[in-house]
Order: sequence, then C-alpha cells, then structure tokens
Amino acid sequence: MGSIDPLVLLAAIMMASTPILLAALGEMVVERAGVLNLGVEGMMITGAIVGFVAAYESGSPTLGFVTAALGGALISLLFGVLTQFLMSNQVATGLALTLFGLGLSSLIGQSYSGLRAPLTPDLHIPVLSDLPVVGRVLFQHDAMVYVALALVVGVWAFLKFTRAGLILRAVGESHDAAHALGYRVKLVRLCAIAFGGALAGLGGAYLSLVRVPSWTDGMTAGAGWIALALVVFASWKAFRVLAGAYLFGGISVLQLNLQAAGSKVPADLLSMSPFLATILVLVIISARKKGATAAPAMLGRVFHASQ
Amino acid sequence: MITLVKRPTPSRLWIVLTPLVAVLLTMVAGAALFAMLGKDPIEAIRTIFWDPLFNPQFAAYSRPQLLVKAGPLILIAIGLSLGFRAGIWNIGAEGQYIMGAICGAAVGLAAYPIDAWWVFAAMVLGGLAGGTAWAMIPAVLRVAFKTNEILVSLMLVYVAENLLASMAVGALRNPEGGGFPGSRNLSQYPAAANPELIAGTGMHWGVVAAFIAVIFAYVILSRHMLGFQIRLTGQSPRAARFAGVNAARLILICLGISGGLAGLAGLFEVSGPAGQISIDFGSGYGFTAIIVAFLGRLNPIGILLAGLLMALTYIGGELAQFMLGLPASAIQVFQGMLLMFLLALDVLTNYSLRWRKRETA
Repeated sequence: MGSIDPLVLLAAIMMASTPILLAALGEMVVERAGVLNLGVEGMMITGAIVGFVAAYESGSPTLGFVTAALGGALISLLFGVLTQFLMSNQVATGLALTLFGLGLSSLIGQSYSGLRAPLTPDLHIPVLSDLPVVGRVLFQHDAMVYVALALVVGVWAFLKFTRAGLILRAVGESHDAAHALGYRVKLVRLCAIAFGGALAGLGGAYLSLVRVPSWTDGMTAGAGWIALALVVFASWKAFRVLAGAYLFGGISVLQLNLQAAGSKVPADLLSMSPFLATILVLVIISARKKGATAAPAMLGRVFHASQ
Repeated sequence: MITLVKRPTPSRLWIVLTPLVAVLLTMVAGAALFAMLGKDPIEAIRTIFWDPLFNPQFAAYSRPQLLVKAGPLILIAIGLSLGFRAGIWNIGAEGQYIMGAICGAAVGLAAYPIDAWWVFAAMVLGGLAGGTAWAMIPAVLRVAFKTNEILVSLMLVYVAENLLASMAVGALRNPEGGGFPGSRNLSQYPAAANPELIAGTGMHWGVVAAFIAVIFAYVILSRHMLGFQIRLTGQSPRAARFAGVNAARLILICLGISGGLAGLAGLFEVSGPAGQISIDFGSGYGFTAIIVAFLGRLNPIGILLAGLLMALTYIGGELAQFMLGLPASAIQVFQGMLLMFLLALDVLTNYSLRWRKRETA
C-alpha cells in the first residue's frame, strides 16, 4: 500500500474520470429531453475508433477528437431517426446501437490494433502549473480534461439560464405541452441526441488517444454503461455528474493501483469492483424516495403528434 | 407529404412481413458492406446463407452446427421475450449464461469421477439455479428499491465475466492440467457430458430443452393466466394494475424464468460443445439472443425461426471468414444491421402511411 502516492493518484483520477464524465454529461442532456439512449457504449466505441484512425492518419490528436465527436453524433442520429421519426422502442434501439457500434468499430479497427496514438500534449498553464503541489496535480493535464470540466459548467448554465435549455427541459417533462406551445419536439430531441452522441464520441476518443493510448477491440469495456448509471446517480444534475464521474474514476484508478501494488485481494475481484460499486450506488439512490422523482417525466416515452 | 397515422391495432400482416423485409434489406446492405471490404458481394451472401446448408463440401460439417448454435440462442431468447413483452428488460442474459455454466460445471466437477446418472441431472439443476440466482439480483433490487433492472443486470455481466476468469484459473482449474487455465473437459467425463444425441444432427440436450421451452412459452402466452398478465402489463401497466396483476410477482417470475433458461443454456454449452470452463467461454450468445427475441417478434414460434436464421449467420460467417477472409466483425455488423432494419420497419406495424396535402393553418 505504501507504494501508492496520493498526489499521483489524484492526478490519475482526473484523467480516468474524463471519458465517463463526457459520456454521462451528454447522456444527461439526452435524458433531460426525455429520450433514453442506451447506445452510449456503442457511440463511445465508435468515437474511440474513428478518433484513433483520424489522429493516427493525420498525426493530430485535435483532429482525432473532432472526428470522434462527429462520428459519435452521426451514429447517434441513426438512433435519433429510428426513435423519433420511426417511433421505434428506445430501449431496443439503444441496445441495437450498442451492438452495431461494437461490430462497426471492430471492423474499422482491425488494421489499427496495437498501433500507438500520436501524443496528446499536456498543457502548461503559466503560473498555475508551476504551483508547488496543486500545480502538478490539477493544472498539468491535456486540454480535454479541461474541455470536459468546461462542458459541465456550460451544460449546467445552458439548462438553467438559457431559453433553449428551458425548451429542452419542457420537452423532457411534457412533450404534449411543449408541442401545444409550438415547440418542435422531435427537432429538439434530435439535437439533444446528436449532442449526446458527440460527447460519448469524445469520451471514447479520450480512451483510445490519451488513456490507453492505442486501439483494442471492445476497449470501452462497460464504460458506456457506467456512464448511463452515473446519470441516474447524479439525479440528472450536471455537477452531480461531475462528482459521480470522479468517484467512479477514483474507484477504477484505486483498483488498478492495488492490482499493480500486488494487493492480497484477487485481481479479478478488484476488476469487478467498479461494477459492484455502480450497483451499490444505484440501489442507494433508488432506495431514497426523492431519487425516483428526479427523472424527466417523459423519459423513454414515444412522442407522436396526433392531428 | 407523408404522415403516419396510428393504427387502432397492430397490423397482423406487417407483424409477419417486417422480419422478412428486414432480412432482405440486411442482405442488400450487407452486400454493399462486403463490396466495400473488397469481397464479391454475391459470393459472400451465398457463402453465408446458402453454402452452410447446401454446399456438398461444407454441409456435412455445417448442418449439425445449425442446431448447436441455435439451441442456446433460442433457449435464452424465449426467456427474454417473456420479460420484454411485459416491459421488464433483462439485458444481462450473458451474465446469467456464464453463471449457469459455472454453477453447473462446479457440480459436475465436484462429483468427478463418480459415474452415475444423477450427476448430469444435478448439473442441470446447478445451471438452472446459477442463472436464476444471478437474475434474481436485479429482480429483487427492482422490487425492493425500484432499482433499474437494465443497468443492474448489465453490470452483473461484467461481474460474471471476471468471476469466470477467476474460476478458470482458480477454483475450477483442472488439477491435472499442468497449470494451464481451464477446467477438466466435461465432455470427456461420461456422467457429466452432454453428447450429440442423434449422430450428425447436432442435437444435444440443450436443443431439446430449447424446443420444450418454445412449446411451454407458447402455451403460457396463449393459454395461461400468467401469459395474459404478461401481455396486459406490456400493453398497459395501468390497466394491469386495475386487473389485479401483482407487478412485483411478475418481475420476479419473468426475470427468474429468463435467468433460469439462460443458465441452462450455459450449462448445456459448457458440458457439450464448449466442453470446459475457460476464460473465453462467454461467447456473446446472451446479447445475440436479444436480437433473436426481437427478430422473432417476441413470439415463441418466431423466435424458433429467428434463432435458426441467426445461427446460420454465425456458421455462414465463420465459413466466409475461412473461405473469403471476411473479418469476423463484419458478421457482427451484419447482425446489428438486421436489428436496426427490423426496428425501423416496425413503424409499418403500428402506423399506416397516408398521403395528405400540407394543411395551411
């Protein structure tokens, strides 16, 4: 145990949380619009591979992240069109998206296995990065860590203070009322779905470009599902998503460190700990009375305007 | 412009037609995909759908494989379909499949080398218990705390996979295996083996169980009170409450049945075609069965046919991999596309298309 440095650990948690933070934040916006997209895992892995391919071929991680966001958004629109215009069941379609995304990514990625992604440089913020202890822990990460944090604030402000955010919430709470007021329910939802897809794509690309950083088949390994659970855990609130993501990031880093430090606890038991923790947290959240009512009222319901 | 008008009741014609049209569209889209990968699309489609059954060179090997692959898919999908119909989403069948295999195999390995008829029977019970118990976790949590069963059942897949890895190198490892991961080979231990029952057909106990499950599910859904309650809950949970359906009981039963059947599928697989507990035992049947359930319209007879078709894409996919160098993931994409097309076409079942002029308000 003595070999684990708490400061290094803290810095590692910030990195480890970023993928699920991005994906969960995107999914939160989707769910606030009343849509349940279970395809997060599929969108993440799609982002991971297209981001990797773009970054590897061009040598630019930035281009990789942009491509990943586009790829994630594009594949999420498949879900969007099916659920919004063809009124398909959201649970089934989300699962289909995950299965399809896993297959597609493995197909695209077959010749990219084992290659190394171009390095995403760490930022060096003048003054801040040079602070004695805090500087190294908080202010010497790659840009995406801060983009993710900025997005948390952005999403929070968007939902709380802007008119568009209010419309999005209205659509999620009562699509019939929103429709009666003349808002275009399906368009709003489609935009939310695309946004969620883009963020899931970014989260996936963070895995393949920074965290690992290379491509392996099925590399998201359940991160998308943890992100989905995180949204419930966060009661659909942006800053709680952040707190939840850092908590789960913490668990996964800690268990990896314990494995590396040769802990007496079996490695397989440690590997399953993030999933067990997720279940535990879900139970605690749902056992409270308040937790259940926090969900957007129209979550998962199909909207079809009768004439 | 075209508008969609909701049908008063789902179209019976389209319920039957959508899977067929979806398969055709998937073939077309699949052909385009294979062409993009630089393979001859016609040959690829023929290799997947025709050669495994009718090509004299491969059929002798491939035909029995059809039942071997379809057995677990049908068995799992039948269980899932009951819950899906009632709006109870067990998507962790893969985990229940693995747990059934672990528990069933553990029983068999504990009995080694006793040679008695009850060994296999006890294993079957073990598999059933393992899968049911694993599915009871999300069921009980849902009933007691309203915890989302989708997420819990899925998380438990990853837990089961880690448990499988630990079993394969730990508790269940073959003591005479020279330290290699993996258990004793159950198919070489006659009392615990699940052999081919009729030579050359691929028929084993798991396939028999699948057929029985199809019949049972059909009877339950069309003739039994439970089936009525399942259908009613799926169509209108509120009406079901008024009709006196006990929602908690239904959740426990549906998740229990689907878990039990998935566990059985795992047990029959580990004692038959797979032969042993190994790290890579989990083969994704639990997830593919979701596609099978939907492709079969959550209807027992439909699932039987869908399971056979999906098994064909597995076998044909392997053949195409071997003959044409088609990547294994191409088949995964192909199966994903099939589900996508099916869900997209389903709009025709519930809505009718009407031409109407854009109204000027």
